[in-house]
Amino acid sequence: MTDYSASEMMIVAAARALKNVRTVFVGVGLPNIACNLARYTVAPDLQLIYESGVYGAQPARLPLSIGDPTLVTGATSVVPMADLFGLYLQRGLVDVALLGGAQIDRFGNLNTTVIGDYDTPKTRLPGSGGACEIAINARKVYMIMRLSNRSFVEKLDFLTSPGHLSGGDSRAKQSYPGEGPALVISDMAIFDFDNADHEMQLTSLHPGVTLQEVQASVGWNLRVSAEILETPVPSPEEMNLVRVELDPQGMYR
Amino acid sequence: MQEAVSTYVRDGLSVAIEGFTAFICFAAGHEIIRQRRKNLTLIRMTPDLVYDQMIAAGVASHLVFSYLGNPGVGSLHCVRRAVEKQIPIPLTIEEYSHYGMVGRYMAGAMRMPFFPLRSYAGTDMPNANPDIRFVQSPYSDESIAVVPPLNPDVAIIHAQRATKQGDTQLWGLLGVQKEAAFAASKVIVVAEEIVEDSVIRADPNRTLIPGLIVDAVVHEPYGAHPSYVQGYYDRDNAFYLMWNEVSRDRAKTETWLDEWVYNVPDRSAYLEKLGSETLDDLKPGDAPSSSVNYGTYA
Repeated sequence: MTDYSASEMMIVAAARALKNVRTVFVGVGLPNIACNLARYTVAPDLQLIYESGVYGAQPARLPLSIGDPTLVTGATSVVPMADLFGLYLQRGLVDVALLGGAQIDRFGNLNTTVIGDYDTPKTRLPGSGGACEIAINARKVYMIMRLSNRSFVEKLDFLTSPGHLSGGDSRAKQSYPGEGPALVISDMAIFDFDNADHEMQLTSLHPGVTLQEVQASVGWNLRVSAEILETPVPSPEEMNLVRVELDPQGMYR
Repeated sequence: MQEAVSTYVRDGLSVAIEGFTAFICFAAGHEIIRQRRKNLTLIRMTPDLVYDQMIAAGVASHLVFSYLGNPGVGSLHCVRRAVEKQIPIPLTIEEYSHYGMVGRYMAGAMRMPFFPLRSYAGTDMPNANPDIRFVQSPYSDESIAVVPPLNPDVAIIHAQRATKQGDTQLWGLLGVQKEAAFAASKVIVVAEEIVEDSVIRADPNRTLIPGLIVDAVVHEPYGAHPSYVQGYYDRDNAFYLMWNEVSRDRAKTETWLDEWVYNVPDRSAYLEKLGSETLDDLKPGDAPSSSVNYGTYA
């Protein structure tokens, strides 16, 4: 059996979810490794889009940030941010966006702004960046987040980027171009929103993880799909790509 | 740089030092600190380390931004101290999303009253910032978010090369360099190289900013260190990691500012102190573009 960490399971699961996707809006860190892994495996035509203005990046090293110069060299196109957000994102050319946050709720809404009150914050977080408009305009959104009841909360302290809002038809009423959150990929399990309420539901447990452990890490009474799958373990090929090609220093292990 | 800053960056003005991860003009930021400017409104999509240092030095009272972070590393501890604990002085904030900031610069650059964008609806962001508003389309019943124009008093734009007249070429991450320059009342261009007019005219598609809107040109090699300039030097990531530790502590931050800003007369002294070994390590390999034929039409 292949040796892997919980983070690597999350990377591999995210890469597999990008099967046959054409364009993905990439965040830095773990999503970046997942997208590059997908490019080598299940999505050979995958075009990486970065909010810094890069379309079709082929990074030669693990980028230090979404503004790393390695994203520019060898890219298909590098454009002003006005074009990236206006002509690529808002035009509807982003199939899947990968997002994360300090807090997520059961409808996939995200908080990256503050913990506590906005005017007197306990912790000031980075803010939206491009996340607010990405969550609205990308066709689908996948969240990649480690599971913990500090981040999977009953109520957000601040709604920065909309998911399915209050569930049901509340997102549809906003007439956003994008469909919103489709998957949450965590280090313990995978969730989707495939029910009429558009509520996060457990669909797959990573090997060795129990339903009780997942419920204990989520701040609300978790919805569970009719059939719970077991996430297939990372293959030797996937692990070889992650450890040798994509993250040789083990930064995301 | 000293002259450009003392002429155009006056107390109480709004200043945009732009550059998305790349082209961040730390040389200008440090000069503003040395000249002990007060009560500035600082504008940047991603305040980054340059504004963390300036806010720690107390030059700013208001910050306009869309993402507060040390990119790829973590928090901006000095900005957080100012927002959460009013140290060293209170700092008010005005926040947008990235596209909101881009749109503000676009409206400012084109002298339009607002910029419409598909964002913000259903979120808490308009509650945090009453200048994020919604209007009804005059052509349908659709509601659309709008942001107000942004016209900084001064924009400081770092680039690879410019002529003495300010015709400026950039390649790499273009960010909002063009939009910020056209939006601003005064523009300071800071270039790695000053080139002849013929260099610019040989490749006019690469000219982002015309000298027409430029008020001062400063020749400042490595002026964006520890950020990077595509093809010239890489980001000094060790600095970004070091700052994450230093900036957590107010006393250590002030010691750093003394040593690297107040007690350094200018950028060339900073570079000498930094050492050529560090700069050599940041030099990238070569990846030249192939040239294109514009043709002659005499």
